[in-house]
Amino acid sequence: MILRASGLRKSYGERLAVDDVSFELFAGEVLAVVGESGSGKTTLLRLVSGNLRPDAGAVEFATRHEGVKNLYSISEAERRLLARTDWGFVHQRAEEGLRMNVSAGANVGERLMALGERHYGSIRAAAADWLSRVEMDAARIDESPGAFSGGMRQRLQIARNLVTRPRLVFMDEPTSGLDVSVQAKLLDLLRSLTRGLGLAAIVVTHDLAVARLLAQRMLVMREGRVVEEGLTDQVLDDPQHPYTQLLVSSVLQP
Amino acid sequence: MIHVRDLRKKFVLHNQGGAELAVLSGVSLDVAPGECVALEGPSGVGKSTLLKCIYGNYRITGGDVRVGGVELASATSQDTLRLRNEVVAYVSQFLRVIPRVPALDIVAQGASAATEHAGAAAAARRDAEQLLLRLRIPMRLWSVPPATFSGGEQQRINIARSFIRRRPVLLLDEPTASLDAENRLTVIAMIAEARAAGAAIVGIFHDQKVRDAVATRVFDLAAAQ
Repeated sequence: MILRASGLRKSYGERLAVDDVSFELFAGEVLAVVGESGSGKTTLLRLVSGNLRPDAGAVEFATRHEGVKNLYSISEAERRLLARTDWGFVHQRAEEGLRMNVSAGANVGERLMALGERHYGSIRAAAADWLSRVEMDAARIDESPGAFSGGMRQRLQIARNLVTRPRLVFMDEPTSGLDVSVQAKLLDLLRSLTRGLGLAAIVVTHDLAVARLLAQRMLVMREGRVVEEGLTDQVLDDPQHPYTQLLVSSVLQP
Repeated sequence: MIHVRDLRKKFVLHNQGGAELAVLSGVSLDVAPGECVALEGPSGVGKSTLLKCIYGNYRITGGDVRVGGVELASATSQDTLRLRNEVVAYVSQFLRVIPRVPALDIVAQGASAATEHAGAAAAARRDAEQLLLRLRIPMRLWSVPPATFSGGEQQRINIARSFIRRRPVLLLDEPTASLDAENRLTVIAMIAEARAAGAAIVGIFHDQKVRDAVATRVFDLAAAQ
């Protein structure tokens, strides 16, 4: 187990956004959380990634060096350190995950510096290495993210997150908002990175094809609750819940 | 190796007014290592559904399915994944194409769920090359994603992906449907080799000649329920 959510609940005023959600994530496993907008999937991601304190319930995380910690019993500073060392967060809008006023190389190197790396040459070499791993031209290392296309910015955000070799990455609609051809390339990249690095991931998406391609397991959310869960092929090929059946029958060959 | 007891599978279509389709109603079947059981019966009798239940793709409505000692109805997702990674290979009728992934990699990835270990990945690629040669996939296609391949080429990619590691249970859904005579013989030989090595095999083979060549027993699904 790398992460365990138990009995999570969060409301915004009167509205219950996440209602009694529990699940476990195992090392190396990619879990998709699907549902339509307003289903609570993004709120759930913020809860389990330490960005939003739940009204009830707990999030336990198996840290690399210090055993299992309850995310909301530790200090804010400790949580921020974990976010830099043990996990990554890929935002839907790359601009939210990048620093737009510094170069591509600095965006990737920043997390290494935050972990105490001081040697300029090795930071730059690591940044160049990661740019090429996400299939970006390493010659553009000194350009600012503003000069890149949407797909390239998303790649840069992924490199920035993976350079410290986290064991878990949270992704919020990582491919939506991009052109379809760009989406396909990015999905392929994410698939080979998660497989190749043995990375665990929680991917929030409304796109069942994204879940099919990336995730071994999935949760289907509706009105803040998990209405169905199982292996991705089980849920998509033999959906049990009326809502999941509706979702699956509404798209072409997920 | 495979124990199916009183298996029932019903689909409830909630968006069609709750219509129920009872596809399997009380099927029992045992398959031992070294056996190859051919499923028989008219279209719609549930042959593919039975294979998918044994693979853990379709969920079981009632009865028991045990594969390699794992009770599928109560298995966790992790148990089922481990079973698929180590015990069961399933050759579906059609290849699910992964965008941008070349044919050779699709086959090599059949060897294991993750490829972090570089040595293992290289060995898997060598095995994949051998299989592609044996199945007569031209070398110029190895580096091409199979989306544009013919039906027969895609089917052979699918077979290679499933045969790259010897697994004790093989589930075959029309593995030779789109193949020419020469490749059909190759696949027959591969199935026979797997059986001789002790695999428990269940398959759907519409081609009488293929069935006669590989099956040790025929299971009439219509008569069984």
